[in-house]
Amino acid sequence: MALKAVERRKKRVSFILLSIFSVVWIVPILWVISTSFKTENEAVSGGLNLIPREFTLASYRYLLQDEQHNIFMYVWNSFRAAGLHTILYLVVASMAAYAYGILRFKGRDKMFWLLVSTMMIPVVMNLVPLYAIMIRFEWLNSLQALVVPGLGGIFGIFLLRQFNLGIPDDIIDSAKIDGANHFQIYWKLVLPLTKPALVVVALFAFMANWNEYLWPLIVLNDATYRTLPVGLALMQGTYNVYYSRLMAATVVSMIPVLFLFMGAQRFFIKGITMTGMKN
Amino acid sequence: MQTKQWDARSIASKLLPGAFFLPHLIIFFTFFIFPFFYGIVISTYNWNLFNPDLREFVGLDNFRRILIDSDSIYYRYFWNGLRNTFTFVVLSVPPLVITPFLLASLMNVEPKGYKVFRAIFYLPNLFSIATLVLIWRWVLNTNVGILNLTLAHVGIDNIPWLSQQPFAWVALVMMTVWWTIGGNMIIFTASLKEVPEHLYEASDIEGANTWQKMIYITLPSIRNQLIYITIMTTIASFNVFGQPQLATQGGPEESTTVLMMYIRNIAFGGGRPNPGVATAMAIVLGVIMIIISVVQVKIIKRMGD
Repeated sequence: MALKAVERRKKRVSFILLSIFSVVWIVPILWVISTSFKTENEAVSGGLNLIPREFTLASYRYLLQDEQHNIFMYVWNSFRAAGLHTILYLVVASMAAYAYGILRFKGRDKMFWLLVSTMMIPVVMNLVPLYAIMIRFEWLNSLQALVVPGLGGIFGIFLLRQFNLGIPDDIIDSAKIDGANHFQIYWKLVLPLTKPALVVVALFAFMANWNEYLWPLIVLNDATYRTLPVGLALMQGTYNVYYSRLMAATVVSMIPVLFLFMGAQRFFIKGITMTGMKN
Repeated sequence: MQTKQWDARSIASKLLPGAFFLPHLIIFFTFFIFPFFYGIVISTYNWNLFNPDLREFVGLDNFRRILIDSDSIYYRYFWNGLRNTFTFVVLSVPPLVITPFLLASLMNVEPKGYKVFRAIFYLPNLFSIATLVLIWRWVLNTNVGILNLTLAHVGIDNIPWLSQQPFAWVALVMMTVWWTIGGNMIIFTASLKEVPEHLYEASDIEGANTWQKMIYITLPSIRNQLIYITIMTTIASFNVFGQPQLATQGGPEESTTVLMMYIRNIAFGGGRPNPGVATAMAIVLGVIMIIISVVQVKIIKRMGD
């Protein structure tokens, strides 16, 4: 009985501490949302109120008609680049993971671990030469520059291979006996079996591309394909002191991600756990 | 006929693995392996990216200029940038490892609504760097930001968070902790669950206190995850770019201009870009990162023995 009381007290203390921490985590977001619905005057008046005294949509209306920075265009650009990248990466990575996890050929594992060991090389070393390649390919200011280079990533292959290794040989063998070739086994058997891992890889590929800042900043120098992080950073300069507008833009930038998180939270958690616990 | 058919099949089966891994491998070589070696070439040239005919071979001169030629402007950029990057790493890694460990420990007793807490702490992880900085520039606004307004109630006035040291470093570390601890927290939470309960029960019988339990049971049990988290966090901190670039613009007085900012400015900035020098800087930074990762693994492994 005494042990249970200790347990209960532990839970209560931990609940209180976590509540305090989570206030720190949540208040900045609420403060931003609140400012976006305030008038500019109220925003800079120095009030601590989270509920606007005078509720207005003026800042959002401004965003809709701003000709210099169309934030909805930036959202679309980011979505298009990240979406395309994700689809292509799923194809490329799942195929490679099939080779390294299901097929048997000489030097397979050596080759794979060689590949994995290159993950040690810091990405910064490739920045300038990759840019030089973009110039050669005439890929500056293009969608390809945002979509293609990242398709070489190893991380997703690593994760998918791990799953493929877990598929019992019997299943693959009996499919072969039934006359299926490897492309059929890959498409009809392995992909459906590894769906949870594919979802995780898709989410991480999407988020990494969506949030990329330095690379698009370097390879894009006009608005055609400008992505949300780059566009938002520029708006910080031009909206300068119009804080309520700037915060409305910030809220717009948070919305897609919030939806994604609400829909796929458990996959995010599963994905991080998988990568962190494998080592 | 029979043998020929068999031959065709055997060739096909030899080529088969390639059909699956080549699409990735080609992209990987074009955009990762080739640039790696190409970078080494670029670093030995006075390079003009847009007009490669104008390049001039200079050997290791770019490295000499950044590492030892104290008259060179690049020498000053490099060492200032490296010092600032190191400062950020040293200031940010401990809180980026300890905070999520604490949160995970609290969550490990599974209080009411711990899944909601977990979601709250993880959420900022999904924001882009630009969103992060816009949020925090507004929170940290000197005159009307919520932090200073709150601090004013306890008699602390107008801290210039982003324009004066040491506040600028505090602000950058603070926003980075807020932004990124979610991932580490989830890994810690999962690894704490794996620590065998009977170890704690045994230590209860021996009368160990909370601190002793953490040192002798918890930390050794999660050693692998601790190594992973420490290394990944250190590497991420070495790559710091967006926070200072957008929040402090490298100021005050270039005291937060980290090496990545110099690399980017020298390679792609206005004036006279010098990709050769920028690449040399990137290579040195990369080598330092690799050495530090290896050393960290060694140290943490030895600590457990």
